[in-house]
Amino acid sequence: MTVLNVNEKAYEIDASKDMPLLWALRDLLGLTGTKFGCGVAQCGACTVHLDGEAVRSCVTKIERAVGKRITTIEGLSPDSDHPLQKAWIEFDVPQCGYCQSGQIMSAAVLLRENPTPTDQDIDDAMAGNICRCGTYLRIRAAIHQAAKMQREGKKS
Amino acid sequence: MSNLFKKIASKKSGARIALAIIAISIFTASVGREVYFTKVSVVPKKDSVASVKAFMQVYEVLTHPRCMNCHPAGDIPLQGEDSHLHAMLPKRGVDGKGVYAMKCSNCHQPTNSPGLHTPPGNPNWHLPPADMKMIFQGKSPRELAKQLLDPATNSHKTHEQLIEHVSFDKLVVGGWSPGEGRELPPGTHKEFVAKFKTWIETGAYVPSADAKAPIKKNR
Amino acid sequence: MNRRNFIQSGALFAGGLLISFKIPTAKKMAALGEAKAGVPFSPNAFLNIGTDNSITVVLSHVEMGQGIWTTLPMLIAEELDVSLDQITVKHGGADKIFDHTLYGVQITGGSSTTWSEFDRYRNAGATARTLLTQAASKRSGIPIQDCKTENGTVTAGERKFTYGELAADAALLPVPENIPLRNKADWKYIGKSIKRLDAKVKTNGEAIFGMDIQFPGLLTAIVVHPPVFGGKVKSFNDSNSKAVSGVRQVVKIPTGIAIIADHYYAAQQGKKALQVIWESSSNAGLSTIKQTAAYKKLAATNGQTVQEKGDAGAGLLKSVKTLKAEYVFPYLAHAPMEPLNCTVKLEKDSCEIWTGTQIPTTDQAAAAKILGLAPEKIKINVPFLGGGFGRRATPTSDFVSEAVHIAKACGKPVKLVWSREDDIRGGFYRPFVVHNVTTGLDQNGMPTAWKHNIVGQSIMKGAANVLGELKTPIDDTSVEGVKGSPYLTSIPDHFVGLHTTKELIPVLWFRSVGYTHTAYVMETMMDELAHNAGSDPVEYRRGFFKEHPRHLAALDLVAEKGNWKEALPAGRFKGVAVAESFGSYVASIAEVSISNGQVKVHKIDCAIDCGLAVNPEGVKAQVESGIIFGLTMALYGEISIKDGKVQQNNFYDYKIGRIHESPEINVYIVDSDDKMGGVGECSVPPTAPAIANAIFAATGKRVYNLPLMNHQLLAKK
Repeated sequence: MTVLNVNEKAYEIDASKDMPLLWALRDLLGLTGTKFGCGVAQCGACTVHLDGEAVRSCVTKIERAVGKRITTIEGLSPDSDHPLQKAWIEFDVPQCGYCQSGQIMSAAVLLRENPTPTDQDIDDAMAGNICRCGTYLRIRAAIHQAAKMQREGKKS
Repeated sequence: MSNLFKKIASKKSGARIALAIIAISIFTASVGREVYFTKVSVVPKKDSVASVKAFMQVYEVLTHPRCMNCHPAGDIPLQGEDSHLHAMLPKRGVDGKGVYAMKCSNCHQPTNSPGLHTPPGNPNWHLPPADMKMIFQGKSPRELAKQLLDPATNSHKTHEQLIEHVSFDKLVVGGWSPGEGRELPPGTHKEFVAKFKTWIETGAYVPSADAKAPIKKNR
Repeated sequence: MNRRNFIQSGALFAGGLLISFKIPTAKKMAALGEAKAGVPFSPNAFLNIGTDNSITVVLSHVEMGQGIWTTLPMLIAEELDVSLDQITVKHGGADKIFDHTLYGVQITGGSSTTWSEFDRYRNAGATARTLLTQAASKRSGIPIQDCKTENGTVTAGERKFTYGELAADAALLPVPENIPLRNKADWKYIGKSIKRLDAKVKTNGEAIFGMDIQFPGLLTAIVVHPPVFGGKVKSFNDSNSKAVSGVRQVVKIPTGIAIIADHYYAAQQGKKALQVIWESSSNAGLSTIKQTAAYKKLAATNGQTVQEKGDAGAGLLKSVKTLKAEYVFPYLAHAPMEPLNCTVKLEKDSCEIWTGTQIPTTDQAAAAKILGLAPEKIKINVPFLGGGFGRRATPTSDFVSEAVHIAKACGKPVKLVWSREDDIRGGFYRPFVVHNVTTGLDQNGMPTAWKHNIVGQSIMKGAANVLGELKTPIDDTSVEGVKGSPYLTSIPDHFVGLHTTKELIPVLWFRSVGYTHTAYVMETMMDELAHNAGSDPVEYRRGFFKEHPRHLAALDLVAEKGNWKEALPAGRFKGVAVAESFGSYVASIAEVSISNGQVKVHKIDCAIDCGLAVNPEGVKAQVESGIIFGLTMALYGEISIKDGKVQQNNFYDYKIGRIHESPEINVYIVDSDDKMGGVGECSVPPTAPAIANAIFAATGKRVYNLPLMNHQLLAKK
């Protein structure tokens, strides 16, 4: 038995230590917000936080995640009220929506580490996440907006 | 590992020695050499020809994609046998470990991921840090040798530490188990270390300015 | 007409009485006549109003990113007098009642949802509002003209009723006909930018895609497909696969070998362990190189006549100068972000399917045929689609059929999941196409003769079960954009021909279909002609648009807003293109620079005339989306074949444009009362030629084959 700490809950699973975290989350824990897109760390749809870092869960074996804090899109905020989630809605970012969990999880690390990201910083953080609908410009605008909301939220 | 090595000499030489050899017409002994040898071996004689010859083989390894791809000229690592810019353009970052959501270890696991075209792994995957870039890409043999020997550009390593680094650093060693479908650097890692030691132990000579990278066989 | 055919009541739901207003189109009414009286309706309709005040809009089309989850409810809300936040939205399943109002089959495609449902959904809202008002009038005794609807309520004199309170009464009233729809001046929602109703669930992980279907006992299947199209299994050894922990079964199906396991990872391990020997396929000799040579040879000869005027051959001989060009376009994979998948649960005499599909009834029929069941015994549930672009409208129902075969073979509920490699290598591509064009010019550089032959596979020949048999030998999707081009109509001697080829490689409509290549050819040719004539490319085109006001309006708007006439800083170059597709008119200006042999696209200005823009922000989002899609196609799109095998595998060798490659995009909507056109696909066609024309401005070289990554570009000194 392996214990995974996901979104501040401990889950006991019976799986090979080599199993990618993506499939443990989706197929064993039923947390389907994290998406399968390529399986080879090319598209970022499977991005989750492992001790706060935006790992690609499709290539991250569960043995690496044991004893670490795993956060998925379902656990990013208590009420879907992370500044990024609010900004995503405000800017009509999602289209098909399939990649957006990964996009938001990547952007969350950017915002935590850089509260005032430039366009270049956004490129540097987000180029690992593919969106076939091409929502990139709205992602960029929403990240700027979320950064603003985050700064203003902290001031008040 | 330092007990395996003993620093025996430190010598300055500004002399410029011209020798005719088969492949290389002129080479230069640079300044600030520290020469090492193992405890059990005979103190090797300084041998500028043998030293440069060894370095040229070391150079072939260092400029192989398995080594050079993470010692790029810019701040983006390279990828593949043709050393193209890494897809999605991950940045070096201050510590060489990437930035934001694009840190090396977000994709590069402690071990190689299974399958073709999956991220190769290493517990400490990184580029050289921003303040010590140790660029291999685009360097001539002479430039690279000088860079490797100068503590100001080799991450403050003594010759002893250089040998230790190429012998045991997990990322260096990992170059020879690069994951499915990737080409290995020329020779074995053991041979590489031997050449590296020979280079250092025979005087750590630097190739001449017109020493050329050997023409790489068709990959 | 029997009202019970259109109104359903009596089902207990959520502690109240559920009333469904079912508003069929006029042409469907006869079919739904007395014969069906007494047969319980399916719960699917366009609009349900519950006694609990729930208002549910049921979509006849599917949401795959294009925003109809918002637009169709807007149409109902406009007439029903409810706010959008009162509305719950869901997909309809497979049902004739959801047939496309024009195409006569249930399909989401052709950039047609909004215009094709514009009346039907407004009618649904207006009918419901009228019935609810009548019910309020009856109950209160207040004359109907004194009853007012607002925000989900009817005010009748002193009394105020919620729609939920009136729903049961309303359901008993006869359905009125010919209800007038509201005037444009009174619209509250239509024409205004309304935020997407599906945004929240797509930002918190709640949105359910086909891939996310789970229930107890559901197994996961992956399939080992043949390495060559049409390949067949000769023999296989599954002992190692079955030894993998979690692998339940290995079954042979018509399209390969399926590994059925507790979860994807086990199935993947089982796949790796499987040993298969394939029969050699007649396709094994195919290569892109050979195909290119063969198609070029064909393109040099006249194909079947698509369009002809005068004598193109004689016209070319008479002309002062001729310009020739030969274009090659590769196969393209749609690569939606959600890999293809389908969940099948078989019961004794029925079957339930969950899949992201653009053609639910077609998939239903395919499943029924495989299972030997009547189509109505197959229930199709359509979750969100993680992208479609045409790939989820396969006339052969390829992945649905495969899943049904697996479920039938293993006898358990199963979710088929394709890997990204299966998706990239699995066919159903935009066809490989070659164009050969010769234009003859007069002394002013104006075209007087034009000979144009196109070579490629037919998409529609494989789609007869969905859209009917082709009525002529010409598949319009191979020639649309050349056929009927506003440039050609003015050329006295012209000929357009088509050679339809056959290959084992399956082809399919791909976002903007034939226009993906025809717009490129026409717009780069026109640019070549303009430069040859020493004319400004915008002015040169304008000369052809005297009788094409909508082309002109889009071109003029983008030229103005995009500052076409202003010089760019050194090192920057621009190009223009304009194309009609799916009833809309789009003009784009691309601004590029060249570095390291490759093009960098800095900006795209784009103007669209789509008639009424029901949700302008939604239109902008789709135009942006199409531009990025067109950019990816231009820069990287290429599926190539060697020894019968697809050379690409995944996103590392079938590259998709990323955020750092995305140009600034400015979208301008032409203020237009013209006929509504599509939006989802229409900005794709002009994107690549605008970029190519900017590359010509930068390099002095024409690019005659895509993708651009295969060209080493060099800026002019």
